[in-house]
Amino acid sequence: MALLKDEVQNEARERFKKLTGQVRLVNFTQKIECHYCEETRRLIEEIASLSPKISSKIYNFTLDKEKAQQYKIDKIPAVVVEAEKDYGIRFFGIPGGYEFNSFISAIYDVSRKATDLSVESKDKISKIDKPVHIQVFVTLTCPYCPAAVEMAHKLALESEYIISDMVESAEFPHLVSKYGVMGVPKVVINEEFGFEGALPETSFVEEVVKASKSTTEAKDEG
Amino acid sequence: MELDFILSKEEEKPTGKTELIYDLVIIGGGPAGMTAAVYAARKRLKTLLITKDLGGQVLWTAEVENYMGYQYIEGRQLVNKFKEQVRHFPIDQEIGEEVEKLSKEGEIFSILTRGGKKFRGKTVIIASGKKSRSLNVSGEKRLIGRGVSYCSICDAPFFEGKEVAVIGGGNSAFEAALDLVKIAPKIYLIDIASSWSADPVLLEQIEKEKKVTSFPRHKVKEIKGDDRVESITIEPLDGGQIKSLSVQGVFIEIGLVPNSEFAASLVKLNQAGEVAVDCSNHTSIPGLFAAGDVSSVPEKQIIIAAGEGAKATLTAHQYLLRSR
Ligand SMILES: Cc1cc2nc3c(=O)[nH]c(=O)nc-3n(C[C@H](O)[C@H](O)[C@H](O)COP(=O)(O)OP(=O)(O)OC[C@H]3O[C@@H](n4cnc5c(N)ncnc54)[C@H](O)[C@@H]3O)c2cc1C
Repeated sequence: MALLKDEVQNEARERFKKLTGQVRLVNFTQKIECHYCEETRRLIEEIASLSPKISSKIYNFTLDKEKAQQYKIDKIPAVVVEAEKDYGIRFFGIPGGYEFNSFISAIYDVSRKATDLSVESKDKISKIDKPVHIQVFVTLTCPYCPAAVEMAHKLALESEYIISDMVESAEFPHLVSKYGVMGVPKVVINEEFGFEGALPETSFVEEVVKASKSTTEAKDEG
Repeated sequence: MELDFILSKEEEKPTGKTELIYDLVIIGGGPAGMTAAVYAARKRLKTLLITKDLGGQVLWTAEVENYMGYQYIEGRQLVNKFKEQVRHFPIDQEIGEEVEKLSKEGEIFSILTRGGKKFRGKTVIIASGKKSRSLNVSGEKRLIGRGVSYCSICDAPFFEGKEVAVIGGGNSAFEAALDLVKIAPKIYLIDIASSWSADPVLLEQIEKEKKVTSFPRHKVKEIKGDDRVESITIEPLDGGQIKSLSVQGVFIEIGLVPNSEFAASLVKLNQAGEVAVDCSNHTSIPGLFAAGDVSSVPEKQIIIAAGEGAKATLTAHQYLLRSR
């Protein structure tokens, strides 16, 4: 049985009519030791079947080590939404529940290689010249969360220095306790900065710019 | 938990134009604002809708059983239906923007957003609804996301095995408590009123739960903790002894307050902070109208907000005809 209900499939198909460029969904998975690995893989394949503009590639996290390293994937299930180029847009854990919105939005933006961020925001982001790693913690029952995830991914698309992850809290309890997540959305920037709650565009961009400036050293994400 | 996939209707975005003077600017995109927009487009008014989100409180409502035409519909599905209807009309939209200040310069209203944009209109409808009320006690703001939560469906999973307090005595507090019963060993239910205002069905369910300890007629004095919530201090209203309860989570469900701050210096508000309106949605300022939960209209419901939104636009239309 399909994961996506007919009405959701239809709405997604409708949205995908506006895709312009090819999009590739790169999924890292394995059979065991992962709550929603199986469902995430099925979701990726179902989505790819809804539009000729979307293709999927499934890698085994343990066997395809090189690929995992190339994409810097350190946990699964993981999905990278990319085009000819990897923009640094990642989903860790299944993009289900409300997060399905941010997943479709990432596909749309990557396909069009453009975001609807304001000119002022784009200008500020273009001045970032050090690596920034944004992690947005979510739960699948959080109606406020997709806005934060979408914002983080738009920033990643606009800047080659930014990598943005959605992190589904239930799938990664060790990260929840590492970062002390007790409410979502929670945004962690370069390990040491962050904020709670969904911020409007201007404030979100400001936080990221601030963090990129105060990060002591350009560090690899990991 | 059952795995489902939620996809909202797409938002088309011909965005706002700062150089234009709009016939009508609608602030807020809940049921009131969206209905006002549809009526405005049908009256061919040059309209701008500015809102933080499309859907308002209905986005957070699980199920709706009292909106005509649908015996039962999920809140977000109803929002999708509303959006579908709005997107048929050529209305400029600023979605994801928050209005920071509304003022009137001569005959023209000026609307300043948090993002620094300034829009202008001959008439304005305030339809900015309501948001969660905060307790206003020490520790509350500082510990948001560190144990203090206003969204139990979002954050409950982080409190598995932890002791928690739920503040409030209405349906949303009771629903939050019942949600937490599944995962938390101890739940304190605290409310300032002497009798609960939740529906009898919920009351019965809570009374059966041994994990829930109730403190009616208690006031929250303080939320304590350095980096995370560690305890909460409560005081009986009749002057008894102050108690400290050890908890790691505090869920605040004490109702709503109107989003009217941005207009407070311009228009008359009632004691509850609602924009005072007459029965045709006029406010104290000519050309300025209000509709839905943010207004002083009695009863806050989706169908009422929608009806008020329609009415406000029709009144604004009359005003524009007269002032031509
Ligand atoms: C949990 C819950 C369950 C409910 N269940 C029902 C039910 O079953 N049936 C029913 O009829 N009613 C129900 N209600 C009440 C109903 O949702 C409200 O009466 C209705 O949504 C009010 O509509 P509104 O358009 O006036 O305001 P809102 O829905 O509050 O919408 C206000 C809009 O304004 C935006 N906004 C706020 N401030 C600004 C700003 N400064 N700048 C720009 N935009 C801003 C908001 O983002 C939002 O989009 C429920 C409410 C809740 C909270």
